[in-house]
Amino acid sequence: MNKELLEYSLNFNRRRFLSKMSLGIGSVALGSLLIPDLFGEKNPEDMLLAGLPHFAPKAKRIIYLFQNGAPSQLDLFDYKPKLQEMFGQDLPESIRNGQRLTGMTAGQKKFPLAGSVFNFNQHGKARTWMSEILPHTAKVVDELCVIKSMYTEAINHDPALTFLQTGAQVGNRPSMGSWLSYGLGSENKNLPAFCVLLSKGKGNGQGVYSKLWSNGFLDSVHQGVQFSSGDSPVLYLNNHESINKADRRKMLDKLEQLNAETFNQSGDPEVNAKIQQYEMAYRMQTAVPDITDVSKEPDDIVKLYGPDCLIPGTFAANALLSRKLSENGVRFVQLYHQGWDTHGNLPNEMRGQCMDTDQASAALITDLKQRGLLDETLVIWGGEFGRTNYCQGDFSKENYGRDHHPRCFSIWMAGGGVKPGSYGETDEFGYNIIENPVHVNDFHATILHLMGLDHEKLTYKHLGRRYRLTDVGGKVVQGLIS
Amino acid sequence: MKSKLLIVIAALVVFSAGWIFFMRSKGTTAVNKMPDQVSYNFHIRPILSDKCFKCHGPDKNKREAGLRLDIPDSAFAPLKETKGAFALVPYKPEESELYKRISSTDTAYQMPTPSSHLGILSSYEIALFKKWINQGAKYEKHWAFVKPVKAPLPSIDHKEKAVNEIDYFVFSKQEQMGLTNNEESDKERLLKRVSLDLTGLLPSEKLMDQFTANQSSNAYETAVDQLLASPTFGEKMAVHWLDIARYSDSYGYQDDNVRTQWAWRDWVIHAFNKNLPYNDFLTWQIAGDMLPNSTKEQMLATAFFRNHKYTEEGGIIPEEYRIEYIIDKTKTFTKGVLGLTAECAQCHDHKYDPISQKEYYQMFAFFNNTKEVGFEGDVSTSKPAKSPILTITDDDSKSVLNFINKKDTGNLYVSVMGENDTLRRTYILERGVYDHPSTEVFPSTIKSVLPFDTINNQRNRLGLAAWTVNKDNPLTSRVFVNHIWQEIFGRGLVKTAGDFGMQGELPTHPELLDWLAVDFMEHGWNIKRLIKQIVLSATYRQSSKVNPDNYNRDPENIYLTRAPRQKVKAEFVRDIVLSGSGLLVNTIGGPSVKPYQPKGLWELASSGRGELKTYKQDKGDALYRRGMYTFIKLTVPPPSMILFDASNRDQCEVKRSQTNTPLQALMMMNDPTVLEASRVLAQRLMKENLSPELKIKTAFRRIICRIPGAKENEILKTYYEDQLKQFQQKQLDATATLHVGEYPFAENLDMNTTAALMKVINMIYNMEEAIIKS
Repeated sequence: MNKELLEYSLNFNRRRFLSKMSLGIGSVALGSLLIPDLFGEKNPEDMLLAGLPHFAPKAKRIIYLFQNGAPSQLDLFDYKPKLQEMFGQDLPESIRNGQRLTGMTAGQKKFPLAGSVFNFNQHGKARTWMSEILPHTAKVVDELCVIKSMYTEAINHDPALTFLQTGAQVGNRPSMGSWLSYGLGSENKNLPAFCVLLSKGKGNGQGVYSKLWSNGFLDSVHQGVQFSSGDSPVLYLNNHESINKADRRKMLDKLEQLNAETFNQSGDPEVNAKIQQYEMAYRMQTAVPDITDVSKEPDDIVKLYGPDCLIPGTFAANALLSRKLSENGVRFVQLYHQGWDTHGNLPNEMRGQCMDTDQASAALITDLKQRGLLDETLVIWGGEFGRTNYCQGDFSKENYGRDHHPRCFSIWMAGGGVKPGSYGETDEFGYNIIENPVHVNDFHATILHLMGLDHEKLTYKHLGRRYRLTDVGGKVVQGLIS
Repeated sequence: MKSKLLIVIAALVVFSAGWIFFMRSKGTTAVNKMPDQVSYNFHIRPILSDKCFKCHGPDKNKREAGLRLDIPDSAFAPLKETKGAFALVPYKPEESELYKRISSTDTAYQMPTPSSHLGILSSYEIALFKKWINQGAKYEKHWAFVKPVKAPLPSIDHKEKAVNEIDYFVFSKQEQMGLTNNEESDKERLLKRVSLDLTGLLPSEKLMDQFTANQSSNAYETAVDQLLASPTFGEKMAVHWLDIARYSDSYGYQDDNVRTQWAWRDWVIHAFNKNLPYNDFLTWQIAGDMLPNSTKEQMLATAFFRNHKYTEEGGIIPEEYRIEYIIDKTKTFTKGVLGLTAECAQCHDHKYDPISQKEYYQMFAFFNNTKEVGFEGDVSTSKPAKSPILTITDDDSKSVLNFINKKDTGNLYVSVMGENDTLRRTYILERGVYDHPSTEVFPSTIKSVLPFDTINNQRNRLGLAAWTVNKDNPLTSRVFVNHIWQEIFGRGLVKTAGDFGMQGELPTHPELLDWLAVDFMEHGWNIKRLIKQIVLSATYRQSSKVNPDNYNRDPENIYLTRAPRQKVKAEFVRDIVLSGSGLLVNTIGGPSVKPYQPKGLWELASSGRGELKTYKQDKGDALYRRGMYTFIKLTVPPPSMILFDASNRDQCEVKRSQTNTPLQALMMMNDPTVLEASRVLAQRLMKENLSPELKIKTAFRRIICRIPGAKENEILKTYYEDQLKQFQQKQLDATATLHVGEYPFAENLDMNTTAALMKVINMIYNMEEAIIKS
């Protein structure tokens, strides 16, 4: 009887999922935390129906190293000697061409061009230009595809971040990770499909907000779950200090007996689903600390990521943790590192930010590669927009600031079916894109493609409309795919 | 060779298509019976809307082949691009181009086209079209845009079971389906259910005793009246309205500083408690500032439209955000009050509903004449309210606004609505972009809902309010009645509470919905009366026990053969924990509070600016307030609320999701609030002169609201004895166990017994039933 009703509950949940998808288009919402075993061994009927992935994926998992605040492309990747030549001269109107400016520099009378204070050198087989403040990244440059022609529509942090994460500047839309959780589910029944890690640099910060990892209108099982290294990796994970594992087990056994009694009285299959949730919570209590404990990492790994990786809450610790979560089957690990909003005092702040991030970002690539995981893991590094080629505020050779610039910015991607090298070009002023522009929607379409999903087919019907991560735009950028 | 391959592929395609069809029919339960009379509204239009209107609907810019299928004139006219053909020929499916195309297997001819990604129609849907055309292909106006009327009560077999009109409509459907409903619930569960539904709190022990002992026939009604009269009723009702009004305690966006809209929240509680009629409730919130001789209370009500996010990011373009704020107001009004998804028409004519882009901006124009500006400075100059501001003085809070729980003598500031003296011009914005104005428009409403009466109404918010609560408006009452139904039964009579348009779900009980909507208006938009009517019905009073046969046939309980078993809302999870233990501080209203929260959440996500960069946890009574008073910082909403599906308050929300995750289990096991409540209840019971067994029983009854059964008793007792032994033998540490929360420890108690009792209580809090309304 019990078993029958449990079966019922599963079928019911399945039906509930099915009723949410648009037949013929669809995707089955494999809730990452709801009932991870819902499809058990993934029987063929369900997979056929789900039609997911839509085609053979190149990547199975994503690690997104988001650089919050918008790092300056002109001081990291997009080398523009012309700006040094014309240092201090006004940005020609023919280049700016009436472009909208933020309220912060719109009132400036002059727009003095600011060449980067940093030296650039060519690295790797592809002779890719890279700034001197990225010495470690420069060493793995042949694994990277540097995209210099990203552009966005937003000019302020909040809408730009929201746009990159959810495909819309405003609105309570699901985050990328939520879409992937919805579309592909979790590979590990003890971990959520979408994990979030936060860290802060010393530079001028812009906040992050939980709406960035929100499930939007998808079921809340698809929301990002915030993780951290250190003592309490997931909210409420740890038992009270007075309760040990055996004691917790005993309580759960008794609780199950009580709940079984409730089931006998109510006949409601949801009671059994609840028993399962408590069991999964129990499994998470063991599995999560095992994974998030970086203290047992061997010396060579600690050396690779740098000593900061042992300090919880640093970017380096999160980078290492992201590898561990990812190799344990977390579909989407989203990092946010704050502090890149360099309106002033850019040279100093950029040096500090790179000190915090360069080594660990490169280490992640090396580490994934040595484990044979880079091929199936897509790593993305970048911010929400670019920065202006002209100076904001006080200006000297050694010190300047840069305002927000949506017309072009640089990011890099690695592994997971991405073609190494560089993609796209900007003009000699680093102001406009002259070759192969990549819109945020295109970027999303390409990422979904690499994960085996057709961005036009991964939809969810909500209040009368079918929504997509790419909204009404986006095309897969074939030039980025190996 | 090539042709063989093609055959194999074709066979595979056919095979998999067969599978999909099989799965489709498996996925839907027992609804595929061909109706005798095919209805345009209930059978045909949902398919047209889903599969056809995208290219053949109201949006003139996306219309293909000049054909629109949403209006008969076009559908019956000769096709513009196919000479001599008609999309629809009444009584003749074979001559109807529409039927020929939807039933075709030729991908070049078929509709919907493969490139539309809309998917082809099922054979059942195709058969429906055939029968509809055979019956004359008659169009009907969209059900929700037709003024509701009271249908006569249907006849039912078991009149003796019915308590009021609601039951007639519900039972009639059940009888048609051959379903039988449950018996009345036992008293204990019924009281817990109605107490949670009307107050969001567990019934007190006193009420439980009174109700169980009262054998009179109106015992239940007495209890209901008592609950409706309790001031906690207003709190319960407010939670849903705060979701609609996207209420929060901060401005949102990146710096997310504090604001003080809570005075408006106190008003909402007050309005529900004094049973302000819904038409006034709306009128005051829409245009309270413009009413003749408007009072401060009426002005305060308009804060409803000022609860959305405000940016304080330096460098933004003020007009862009001012427009954003008007869009938010328009959305909140259309979705929350009218149940329409009008925002599509911000950029283009609505693809499914008869709302043109022009009409959208005409609605927008009502809100566009407010005095507010797009930007009042960055976070460094942030104030707790933004202009126009209502100042609430100490005198106000002691007289006309005495429902506001003001803590000190200083003035309180609330952002409210206020009109410009000269009319701000409104234009259609191309693609919804703030700096692309085109044609000028003037305030007006969506005419297919109800034309705007410009003779009797002014073209301003006051006119909009009058239009909204006009008894001829087909939506307002229906939408609200549906919200209330959803609050009580977990699922609205229209499942998509925020979409009564053509893409929304059809009502499961259309006559009941209309009857309730009309009855509600006829009785002065009396909210308490409406709720009482629902909870007195036999439908509501049924037991929630799952009958496998009914479950099999109607897993979603659409036909209401049992009362729903449902998890309570996030706020009420907290309320149950606190009230069960006796910790709850039942003060109403006031500034929001900051109870225990895991460390570092605000700090890690903050820009480092503004007052909310660090979480300063409160002390004392503020730790034990109801869940609805927990401070909502928009960018980092309280985790205990979000884990249990609360709205993040980012935008107007009319329906919460219902999930069941291990994170919820972790919270119930480890949140200090739950552990502390377990300790405090244990302490209190220790002071009563009862046997351990009775102490456990009392705790169980306070939390679960019924007396435990023999088996449950046995499980609890064994666990208690085991724990006690472990504490006594020092295998578990009693002092450490009891060391949780800031509530004072009771002196002179035996640590081991108290700790053992606390563990048992904590387990009771973790029972599935503890946070379930059943």
